[in-house]
Amino acid sequence: MSILEVKDLAVEFNTIEGVVHAVNGVSFSLESRETLGIVGESGSGKSVSMMSLLRLIPEPPGRLRSGTAWFESATGRVDLLALSRAKRSAVRGRDIGFVFQDPMSSLNPLMTVGDQIAESMRVHLKLDDKAARKRTVELLDRVGIPAADERYGNYPHQFSGGMRQRVMIAIAIACGPKLLIADEPTTALDVTVQAQILDLVKRLRDELGLAVIWISHDLGVVAGLADRVIVMYGGMVAESAPVDALYETPRHPYTEGLLQALPRVDQDRGEELRSIEGTPPDLYAAPAACPFAPRCSYAFDRCRREVPPRFTIGDGHESACFFDLEQRRPRSE
Amino acid sequence: MSEAPQANARPLLKVEGLKQHFPITRGVILSRTVGAVKAVDGVSFEIARGETLGLVGESGCGKSTTGRAILQLYRPTAGSVQFDGSELTELKGEELAAVRPRIQMVFQDSYSSLNPRHSVAKIVAEPMVINGGYSRPEMSARVSELLELVGLNPHHRSRYPHEFSGGQRQRIGIARALALSPEFVVCDEPISALDVSIQAQVVNLLQRLQNELGLTYLFIAHDLSMVRHISNRVAVMYLGKMMELADNADLFNEPLHPYTQSLISAVPLPDPKAERERKPILLKGDLPSPSNPPVGCVFHTRCPMAQALCAEKVPEYREVRPRHWAACHFVE
Repeated sequence: MSILEVKDLAVEFNTIEGVVHAVNGVSFSLESRETLGIVGESGSGKSVSMMSLLRLIPEPPGRLRSGTAWFESATGRVDLLALSRAKRSAVRGRDIGFVFQDPMSSLNPLMTVGDQIAESMRVHLKLDDKAARKRTVELLDRVGIPAADERYGNYPHQFSGGMRQRVMIAIAIACGPKLLIADEPTTALDVTVQAQILDLVKRLRDELGLAVIWISHDLGVVAGLADRVIVMYGGMVAESAPVDALYETPRHPYTEGLLQALPRVDQDRGEELRSIEGTPPDLYAAPAACPFAPRCSYAFDRCRREVPPRFTIGDGHESACFFDLEQRRPRSE
Repeated sequence: MSEAPQANARPLLKVEGLKQHFPITRGVILSRTVGAVKAVDGVSFEIARGETLGLVGESGCGKSTTGRAILQLYRPTAGSVQFDGSELTELKGEELAAVRPRIQMVFQDSYSSLNPRHSVAKIVAEPMVINGGYSRPEMSARVSELLELVGLNPHHRSRYPHEFSGGQRQRIGIARALALSPEFVVCDEPISALDVSIQAQVVNLLQRLQNELGLTYLFIAHDLSMVRHISNRVAVMYLGKMMELADNADLFNEPLHPYTQSLISAVPLPDPKAERERKPILLKGDLPSPSNPPVGCVFHTRCPMAQALCAEKVPEYREVRPRHWAACHFVE
């Protein structure tokens, strides 16, 4: 059963230099207990898409142009994008947990870590102070913070980067959400600390039966975590596939290029990396063609005239590309 | 790319017992030193001409400080830095200025390392202005030549840094580093801030320049995959100390130090099948503070193989096998 169905999401930003079309018609669905990886480079629209689901982008300058996002909340099926402010806050803290990249700017520096975790449970679960405190200590322990009882009264600056991210995870899971949205939560961490956090998230996901949306630019992290992957480029979904299919048989030239551009720590040094020439699009104009066409070695005239729709090419595998990478020729209608 | 240069030739750079301590002070008017951050604490290595030495480690391990101390951007607390036979730590004033053109640096953050108020031409020409000896037409011709060399359009010379993308800005930084035809370039995380598709472009450029100009690199990075790709030899640092140093293939295929082993095992692979098999060696806790490093082996507080000896005695950094160095009591 899908717990989230997003259709035709479009978000734009008004800037001094013009309207930035950050997200252009993104659609996807998420099954219960599924982990969806969202991969893309900076400016691809991956964070904006997810933040806008919960209306976490500042409006203005942001503006939700279109879209629906049906979510299976504890109190029934709701369109996240059409909810009133009050109902939205209820869903945000209780049914959906968020973990951001930079815990230092998401945590309140003037409030103890324990109180910040307890706060959401007091608000959403209506726990009294004593019960909230007890549950907070359990949560701190569960996310692997040693001496949880003593750490309750500590402030964020007294924690290391990895420990702060554990606190963020504790807040996110405090009210028993069904869905965890994580936006590059390990990007700022060192690789050995990242390994600890990934291990924790996998364990919690399985124990709590969470569905997870994991936003990352790191194709390695997503390979180890996701069941299904969406690759975004220029504010659109370029490719969407089960994890094995995406890495083994990428069917969008951008995905293929990204995978070829990566050196691997488990393979000897090659001669030269295959790079994707050019730079990402600036998104100042509404899409009128494939956003990847200027950098694509397979592009032909149609790619520069039309926005490619998503072609289904296999079991749950879709690619928004007019070129058939399997047959190595333009797709026939 | 050229293969590992012969080991017996005189190294271009020889670093011995390098220490870089920063004082911790208390008080504003009557400031007194109450301790020291031992950012680099006795590091030794050599780099042969034409070679790339990768230097990896986590944040705070002292890898960037090592790079800066080599360039004498900091004056080392102790130790020796010999460049092509001359002892840089003893050089001052004009003598040091005379060596500087031969050693250059590419920085991580092209936003803060390129002056936003200067045009590209001015940025790239600046080393020539400072060093002197170039006429205006010479400088102008050299700027065009350099921009072309790094893959930028020489007609864009009068543009400003903000008009370029991150990858292009990094190319400007590389052009500036090459302005005085250096022999040795310290690349301090030159691609960390860039997107994946752009990283490959810049790494390929660095490799092409190395081949064409015979450059020697110290490539500082935290991305082990990229270090494996670009380096002839790789050095691993932890809390200011050298943990291991070996030829590229030896270090990645047969890491000897427990820290190197866990570091390599922690890197996620862009391959779901391999990921299911990968068993990362999880380290306990976080990095200790470099102002108060553990006694004995600095890694013992997180080491999965630590024994009583490790908390007492600092392990000797020794050549365990030919060309393979490690600092661990239990490596044979």
